[in-house]
Amino acid sequence: MITIDTISKKYGKAEVLNVPSIVIPKGQSFGLVGNNGAGKTTLFNILLDLIRPTTGAITNHDIVVNSSEEWKNFTGSFIDESFLITYLTPEEYFDFIGDLRGMNKADVKKFLAQFDEFFNDEIVGKKKYLRDLSKGNQKKAGIVAALMGNPQVVILDEPFANLDPTTQIRLKQIIKKLTENREITVLVSSHDLTHVTEVCERIVVLDKGNVVKDTETSAETLKELESYFAL
Amino acid sequence: MISRFFNLEWKQYFRSSHWQKGIALKIVMVIFALYFIGIFLAIGVGGYFILKKEYPESDPLQLVNSYLLFAILGDLIFRYLMQKLPIMNIKPLLILPIKKSKLVHYVLAKSSASFFNILGLFFYIPFAIVLIKEGYNTTGVLGWLFAIILIIQSANFLNFLINKNNVALVIIVAILGTLIGLQKFDIYDVTAFGGQIFDGIYANPIYSFIGVAILAVLYHLNYKQLRNLVYLDEAVSQKVEEAKSADLSFANKLGDVAPFIKNDIRLIWRNKRTKTVFLMSFLFLFYGLIFFTQKTYKEMPAMLMFASLFITGGFALNYGQFIPAWDSAHYKMLMSQSFKYRKFLESKWILMVVMTSFLYVLSFPYLYFGLDIFLMITAGAIFNVGFNSLFLLYAGSFNRKRIDLNKGGFGNTQGTSATQFIIIIPIMGIPMLLFWLFDTYVGGNAGYIVVASIGIISLLCKKYVMNYIEKKYIRDKYLMINAFGKEA
Repeated sequence: MITIDTISKKYGKAEVLNVPSIVIPKGQSFGLVGNNGAGKTTLFNILLDLIRPTTGAITNHDIVVNSSEEWKNFTGSFIDESFLITYLTPEEYFDFIGDLRGMNKADVKKFLAQFDEFFNDEIVGKKKYLRDLSKGNQKKAGIVAALMGNPQVVILDEPFANLDPTTQIRLKQIIKKLTENREITVLVSSHDLTHVTEVCERIVVLDKGNVVKDTETSAETLKELESYFAL
Repeated sequence: MISRFFNLEWKQYFRSSHWQKGIALKIVMVIFALYFIGIFLAIGVGGYFILKKEYPESDPLQLVNSYLLFAILGDLIFRYLMQKLPIMNIKPLLILPIKKSKLVHYVLAKSSASFFNILGLFFYIPFAIVLIKEGYNTTGVLGWLFAIILIIQSANFLNFLINKNNVALVIIVAILGTLIGLQKFDIYDVTAFGGQIFDGIYANPIYSFIGVAILAVLYHLNYKQLRNLVYLDEAVSQKVEEAKSADLSFANKLGDVAPFIKNDIRLIWRNKRTKTVFLMSFLFLFYGLIFFTQKTYKEMPAMLMFASLFITGGFALNYGQFIPAWDSAHYKMLMSQSFKYRKFLESKWILMVVMTSFLYVLSFPYLYFGLDIFLMITAGAIFNVGFNSLFLLYAGSFNRKRIDLNKGGFGNTQGTSATQFIIIIPIMGIPMLLFWLFDTYVGGNAGYIVVASIGIISLLCKKYVMNYIEKKYIRDKYLMINAFGKEA
């Protein structure tokens, strides 16, 4: 369970985020939608203790994220390509993260085998450094790395951007499978309303830092969202 | 954990773009590195004997000691200007299950092995070894060396504490200035005072342990400060530069090359590497001082010509040799626009000519060295304007290496290929050779006249040469687009 409590972030006088309260129960697939500058990435960054909130606190499985670092052990995330160690090959990168998450080489290999289809032969065994992969392939590597070590919480910022259509569809399947047993909480942000309504059971819309919509996904949600953003 | 960090460092270093180069360039760079290490070692080893010879009545160690205080303050200022904490590296590690405290220790420990801390040791360690060999007290020398290392490390961490705080810089500069002033005007003997401190450490090496305490305190303060700043909007943030738009409408007078000129001015001013090239061209103005002040070169007219070419040609040579690779990142875009290729080339040519003329005006003070030198600079300037600017444009059509403008300025060899080495022959070699031939065998002003006339003739033929160059660029368009598209 993740509890967001009166989180706000100000830079000087400009307030970029103001979220009174959001509770995300365990096992939920949670979608965050909004235009550029709505505060999606800021919220994720605060959730990952990458920036400090001006007020409030976020609790991730009973751990206040900016006072203990224990949450790191069960939280996997991928924000953008700048979080990759670009001078490593994808294999080395996976080994490194596997190492940190208590997996040995055999574990890592077994884990990666599940993603053969997702990788589509473009990631492993290519003898390329991460920096030389295309944006889409970098993203694939980052997303899979975020799933390593059985995380309880998975946070993906704009996971669909830069991916090819086939990979987008495969990613949606992966996300759905993750939350199938209601054990893993998945948080996804996206600009693509179709994708996010398809994989998330709950959608929160941010606008200029404020929560303007918080709905359970239903058959009408996509239409509602489209008409909201058409304004 | 430490071994993992070490492993990452190792890979980062050997996989950096420094090493992803052709073998020839690697060899040249290794030779340069060895050369500098050699120089430092020579100073370190030879320092003792040089001091002994120059100042027979004083003790070399005491002599070094008396100036150490100045060296330390100078080092601090240098660090302030140049050294940055390598904190961006930890960004990918922030979202992994690694404690922030560990990351901070890693960054700090890494900084203590930085180039700034190692460089000095190339002098101090050999110097200390020579001292021991020369019969100085071994414990004393080792204590002294230990203290020096501690001071270097303390300076390292002090620098990060005061980092980018201009008040601190002013204070350090003021202290250094005052000390130099006191010394210079014989108000107080700073060297004696400084000397006493370090002589004291040599006499009682146990004092060097005070340095351990200072270092520990500074490290701890750094740790405390940084631990609270490991956030994306604090220390681990990429500084976003505020965009400044200067009014470049004066360039509009140049007609249809104006858009390219304006673009080039912005390109030069807004990218580190090009800015370095631009600023360095003013440093080249002083190149002549090395040659014209020394007797040895007086007898070598070819070398004087070499210097003269560099004085006004700094910009044209350094900027021109990478045309059109400066535009490599957006070369495709340029090629999809409708404009006459001629205009693009013309704008580069104007830029080189204007800068060369400007540098020539700035070189007028060289009249101080006599009319001969000045004529030589003038001939060199004419050659640069006439021949070199056109030749560099032509040579540019052989450039096939992409340049990533976002990468740093100093020591960046991106875009360098055999072209850059080969073009030296015509742009420097020909004028040097001709000048030497005509100066020695014909005499009088023949040398100047020949070099200058080549420049003037080239200038007169500009239209035809440009036609040819333009055709060459158009012919090689696809090759260039393909080459510039590849990651550097």
